[in-house]
Amino acid sequence: MKTVTLTIDGRAVQAREGEKLLRVALENGIYIPNLCAIPGVKHPAAACRLCFVEIEGYPRPVTACTEPVVEGMVVSTRSPRVDRLVSTAFELLLSNHRLDCATCPRNRSCELQRIARERRFPLRVKRLRKLERNLPLDDSSPVLRYDPNRCVLCGRCVWVCREKGTGVLGFAGRGFERKVTTFGDVPLGQSGCNGCGECTRVCPVGALTGKEV
Amino acid sequence: MHLTEEEKKVALEQTGNILESYSRERGNLIPILQQVQEKLGYVPLVAMEEVARHLGMPPVDVYSVATFYNQFRLIPPGKHQIKVCMGTACHMKGGNIILDCWKRRLSIDVNQVTPDREFSLERVACVGCCTMAPVTVIDEEVHGRVTPTRVDGLLFSFGVKIPKGQQKEGEAIGRE
Ligand code: SF4
Ligand code: SF4
Ligand code: FES
Ligand code: FES
Repeated sequence: MKTVTLTIDGRAVQAREGEKLLRVALENGIYIPNLCAIPGVKHPAAACRLCFVEIEGYPRPVTACTEPVVEGMVVSTRSPRVDRLVSTAFELLLSNHRLDCATCPRNRSCELQRIARERRFPLRVKRLRKLERNLPLDDSSPVLRYDPNRCVLCGRCVWVCREKGTGVLGFAGRGFERKVTTFGDVPLGQSGCNGCGECTRVCPVGALTGKEV
Repeated sequence: MHLTEEEKKVALEQTGNILESYSRERGNLIPILQQVQEKLGYVPLVAMEEVARHLGMPPVDVYSVATFYNQFRLIPPGKHQIKVCMGTACHMKGGNIILDCWKRRLSIDVNQVTPDREFSLERVACVGCCTMAPVTVIDEEVHGRVTPTRVDGLLFSFGVKIPKGQQKEGEAIGRE
């Protein structure tokens, strides 16, 4: 496949033509916030709206996870427009996320914390109203714990559960009610989940976590 | 929600009949679910499993679609179907308070049916009677300007008595 050269934040990088910009940036040590991107997925959902970048000659910011790289592309991962879009998307995510890092199993290894750190966003809801879902914790599996209140609906677990697990996870409901769940909303322990734990390895937050040894 | 063996049998039979006329393409999912709903009045989990098998997709994906659209109900309708309007006008006039009243009196949540199958509760979008907001539709009959007392009155008209001592605002009635 053809190799192309592009510029990201003033740095020249090489990549295979057609690869997604987000991957290229991450592989070159340039961090762009992202939650829903899954390596190797052909048609990304681009649902989290966190990976916006500016590309020279484009009228408005685009999501890096869906943008294929082309020769000579000039990319900037930061700009006032990008920062505004990303901070709003981030705050929207936090507005219905149970933000209680002290009790969270992913405290210090959490992608939301990382985004806040990298972009200097407060880990706090300021402009919006907090809407907690107060869904019950699912503790039924012998190996996993699922706290839907921390889920950011990135879909990574649903994907990996199909690729490597038993395919029991999926989305249900719409809007505020949307959640990751099983067929008929049965607890994980009765869902046919085999406890492989792949979902806990891809979950970027403290929603799906392993039970401690 | 527990279905009787009889209900499951009927659901499976009907779903089987419907599936016979559909090829195994995923694009048929929504028309199939609509047919099931039309035949049974709801789309039970057992039917979803059959549909998933027919179309060769994970059952949770069928569940996903069925829960995404308001048009699908997952439980059998009650003998009386209570639909509380949550359109803009009704919302402004306190539709959510009325919905809460129904929930508490019947001791069920939205999209549930009472254990005796007498009443089921749903929220609907504007039913076109905004001047009468807030509106509750019971079995096609529109009731306007609903108040908590009116909720009790309506229940009374269906033979449900609110026992003394439970008449406090919005308290659950002693249903089995
Ligand atoms: S998921 Fe991350 S941001 Fe959310 S509570 Fe846990 S550690 Fe904190
Ligand atoms: S449980 Fe975790 S991996 Fe699954 S959608 Fe929610 S945040 Fe993403
Ligand atoms: S990673 Fe691009 S929109 Fe989520
Ligand atoms: S909003 Fe309820 S009838 Fe129009």
